[in-house]
Amino acid sequence: MATVQVSEAEKVYILHGIRDDLRVDGRGCEDYRHMEIETDVVSNTDGSAKVTLGDTAVLVGVKADIGKPRPMVPNEGYVEFFVDCSANATPEFEGRGGEELGTELSNTLYKVFNNKHSMDLKSLCISAGEHCWVLYVDVLLLQCDGNLYDAISVAIKAALFNTKIPRVHISADEEGGKEIELSDDPYDCVRLNVENVPCIVTLCKVGHRHVVDATLQEKACSVASLIISVTHKGTITCTRKVGGGSLDPESIFEMTEAGKRVGKALHAPLMKLLQQEESLGKARQKVGFLG
Amino acid sequence: MAGLELLSDQGYRLDGRKATELRKVQARMGVFAQADGSAYLEQGNTKALAVVYGPHEVRGARSRIRHDRAVINCQYSMATFSTAERKRRPHGDRKSTEMSLHLKQTFEAAVMTQLYPRSQIDIYVKILQSDGGNYSVCVNAATLAVIDAGIPMRDYVCACTVGFVDETPLADLCYAEESGGVSSLALALLPRGGQIALLQMDARLHQDHLEALIEAAMTACKGVSKVLDQVVRQHLQEASVASAE
Repeated sequence: MATVQVSEAEKVYILHGIRDDLRVDGRGCEDYRHMEIETDVVSNTDGSAKVTLGDTAVLVGVKADIGKPRPMVPNEGYVEFFVDCSANATPEFEGRGGEELGTELSNTLYKVFNNKHSMDLKSLCISAGEHCWVLYVDVLLLQCDGNLYDAISVAIKAALFNTKIPRVHISADEEGGKEIELSDDPYDCVRLNVENVPCIVTLCKVGHRHVVDATLQEKACSVASLIISVTHKGTITCTRKVGGGSLDPESIFEMTEAGKRVGKALHAPLMKLLQQEESLGKARQKVGFLG
Repeated sequence: MAGLELLSDQGYRLDGRKATELRKVQARMGVFAQADGSAYLEQGNTKALAVVYGPHEVRGARSRIRHDRAVINCQYSMATFSTAERKRRPHGDRKSTEMSLHLKQTFEAAVMTQLYPRSQIDIYVKILQSDGGNYSVCVNAATLAVIDAGIPMRDYVCACTVGFVDETPLADLCYAEESGGVSSLALALLPRGGQIALLQMDARLHQDHLEALIEAAMTACKGVSKVLDQVVRQHLQEASVASAE
């Protein structure tokens, strides 16, 4: 992640503030920064979303392609993640510099979605064993200001909500093989059910307390963080500890409970917002980066 | 050629434009707070984000330091979802490397590098959506980003891709025209002096048509420069109003 230099005096200041539940920008320990979400920003994709969380900016594009299902699960489609840490965020990501972080982020995303309930993969099947939909979820990191996982997971949920997969008709052609026809009507599409898509909450341990949505300065003061992915029911799909420091089991338990609480509270307003944006339909003014 | 007609008999192109008409240009400067300079530019359906870091100390190879001028380092990359067919690698392939070198050459001609010896200016351009004229949109976006970063330039750098169909030069090609077998020429121009920073063409064209094509490109670039100038002035106005409050 893009690093920032913090002096000892600043560290002490941040530590003491967090101990009293008062962060540098005035937030409480479990408050998020101002978040802006917009879907359908890139028209070449089947679904897209742009999320700005404080200064962190993430753009996700989802493309649906027809491919061969995996041999172990012939009646399911699958999802491929790719995270591109672009040089826009920091010059250190130029060339192959951003690959390490990108691989780490996409591996975590695979783990988060690696369960039966997050996404209904059976709905992505076209004909068992032969054809299925493959969703390529491409994450583009534009600006890094801490808390990448949260922003990425919200953007993925919004982009999947926005994804429109064309309807498929299978017909038998002359030689007896199957022919796939995509519906010509751009409005005749299948939407994905994103109810169970989890949101990731990152909790950083600063001093004796933990904070949600840490900025780069707060991250520099923390020894370790816990990444938890939570569904709307409060179920945890993946937990991971990152950072060089050590956490004792009690704080992990405490942070998990806090993460569940915060994560669960994130889903309902997000879905409401997405549905509200969708209901504006054609009247919606697309802003993208121009606003 | 049967199928799509690039220029109809009435003089209309595939998207309804006339031969010399440019696509709609919308731009915004100062999109990202963390970078030294940034800009977002849309030309029709092609969208590009340009970010500038610098001038700062030369990173990496000390051998790149020039004692009398700044080194310009460019990277061109495309988002994996920018093209109709998903692109597997955002950058690092030959075309992106070639584009990066072209951008570097273009901006070395315009930026006053001798004011910043022993330092480096990074220009990173990302294509979010590709619909033809990628190079030109990158150059236009990067110009705005360099201006946003406060780095002095000799002039705006404006670029346009033009093609030649049925004895007529077409300005500002879209993807369908570029891939439809049109001889396309990319030109980067410093409009006030009429100086050409970069000229690139890799198709067959009869040399009698070359002058007309370059003229059309220069006119199109001058049109783009007017739009960019307006964007910069508006941005400055908004910034001065904001700081006055």
